[in-house]
Amino acid sequence: MDLKDLYRDVIVDHNRNPRNYGRLAPADAQAEGHNPLCGDRLTVYVSLDDERIREVRFEGSGCAISVASASLLTEAVKGKSKAEVHALFDVVHALLTQQDANIDAAQLGKLAALSGVREFPARVKCASLCWHTLNAALERAGEPVTTE
Amino acid sequence: MSAAAPASRSLSDPSPGDPSLHDPSVGDPIDVEAVRRDFPILHQRVHGKPLVYLDNAASSQRPRAVIEAISRYYEHDHANVHRGVHALSQRATDAYEGARESVRRFINARETKEIVYVRGTTEAINLVAQSYARPRLKPGDEILISALEHHANIVPWQLVCEQTGATLKVIPITPAGEVDFPAYERLIGPRTRLLALAHVSNALGTIVPVEKFIAVAKRHGVPVLLDGAQAVPHAVIDVQALDCDFYCFSGHKMLGPTGIGVLYGRRALLEAMPPWQGGGDMILTVTFEKTTYNQLPWKFEAGTPHISGAIGLGAAITYLEGIGMARIAQRERELLDHATARMTQVPGLRIIGTSAHKAAVVSFALEGIHPHDIGTILDTEGVAIRTGHHCAMPVMDYFKVPALEEIDRLIDALDHTRAVLG
Repeated sequence: MDLKDLYRDVIVDHNRNPRNYGRLAPADAQAEGHNPLCGDRLTVYVSLDDERIREVRFEGSGCAISVASASLLTEAVKGKSKAEVHALFDVVHALLTQQDANIDAAQLGKLAALSGVREFPARVKCASLCWHTLNAALERAGEPVTTE
Repeated sequence: MSAAAPASRSLSDPSPGDPSLHDPSVGDPIDVEAVRRDFPILHQRVHGKPLVYLDNAASSQRPRAVIEAISRYYEHDHANVHRGVHALSQRATDAYEGARESVRRFINARETKEIVYVRGTTEAINLVAQSYARPRLKPGDEILISALEHHANIVPWQLVCEQTGATLKVIPITPAGEVDFPAYERLIGPRTRLLALAHVSNALGTIVPVEKFIAVAKRHGVPVLLDGAQAVPHAVIDVQALDCDFYCFSGHKMLGPTGIGVLYGRRALLEAMPPWQGGGDMILTVTFEKTTYNQLPWKFEAGTPHISGAIGLGAAITYLEGIGMARIAQRERELLDHATARMTQVPGLRIIGTSAHKAAVVSFALEGIHPHDIGTILDTEGVAIRTGHHCAMPVMDYFKVPALEEIDRLIDALDHTRAVLG
């Protein structure tokens, strides 16, 4: 178990300088995510063109993994349809939780930097919180979701 | 109170002068290496590094004496208590009740009738809330707690307030993490039915000067419950000297097993309280028309109890008394001073809870770094700490973190954290 696998340069960079950070107003939908275990709390905002994500931003506070994961997410999902986002989340979830997952790295791009998380099971929720929150924003505006 | 404690000293009475000098009145300093050898779990490597266990405020580890007492009981003496006439049942009953006498002596209660076994501090407080407070509370009545309470001393009172229409009042704390005494004097009044207060804060380490809070409560005729979960492992506790009405604590924070704890209650109050759970062992006679309840303390111990837990708790008390609570308190002051001095030098580190009177618990925040990241990085260095919601990290607590060098390992690991994420 190597710390450098978890805190890769991409992660440290996105934690220090999160992309697409801040409120999106007006937004078509937003959702609040909360991880009561560690207090991570973030809000994801989306605006859609038909079924495609035109704009996505987030704000909140959390550990390096949750902030970097949310930042990477916003870069990855822009322009994608809901169906494409769900498919991508399935791949990210496999990346975070399965040791021997057969994953197409090209499909993931920078998100592949999250692969070290699977060696730290206590931190999987940190990385997946923003994805659950985005799903909630896409499905239904408003209601908070938690990782519990 | 205890013959094994060379000097009787309450938590609120820290020794004056330079705390780095050993106080000769408490006896010889603790042989740290000998104590460490008593804890089998500490002799392991985590992620390739020797374990530094600094999460004692959440749960302490057990010395071999406690583990062996439990094994011995299961290998030789187990049977149900208070039931059989056979030898094993008698031995189990003697061990179970003998441990109750150890508890009584440890906190200087008047009699074992005042010592009720429960699952832990949480259950003890719930028992008082449901059995003492609930039948008495009326709409408009008030329960008083403080802003530094553990959830276990908040939620049971919220529940009973919802059930009765009573109101929960909260005494604020100061920036140093002390309970605001003048505010308390303003809040207590003719509607106050109970004061429930932590003796030592689990998150900040603050030692609450409960004696002066109790004195005011007595003038108002208000009974007092103390949450002693973090206090009992650290110093001599004397419930008669404190003059509290209820005192609650847990076995697992004082080297004993999980799932066992104690409610001390003043006898007159316990006798007036209805049972809070029904079942076997808490009754004398049962018919479908009428049941007669057992005497104290068994009236509150329905069902087959945690016999091995009580026996393990008794063994933990014997172990603590063997070292001496005053020597433990002295050693903890040395550790607290060393940790505070070293941690103050870490760039960007802020200690949370700066009361002049603290137990050996240190909470801190590291500027710009989330506690969850600190916890993960320290773990890879073999250092186990608590990471909490409000950056509250009770870092170390207790002589089982015996070596000053272990604090230094923490500091090194914090430097490493900054290097990884800085």
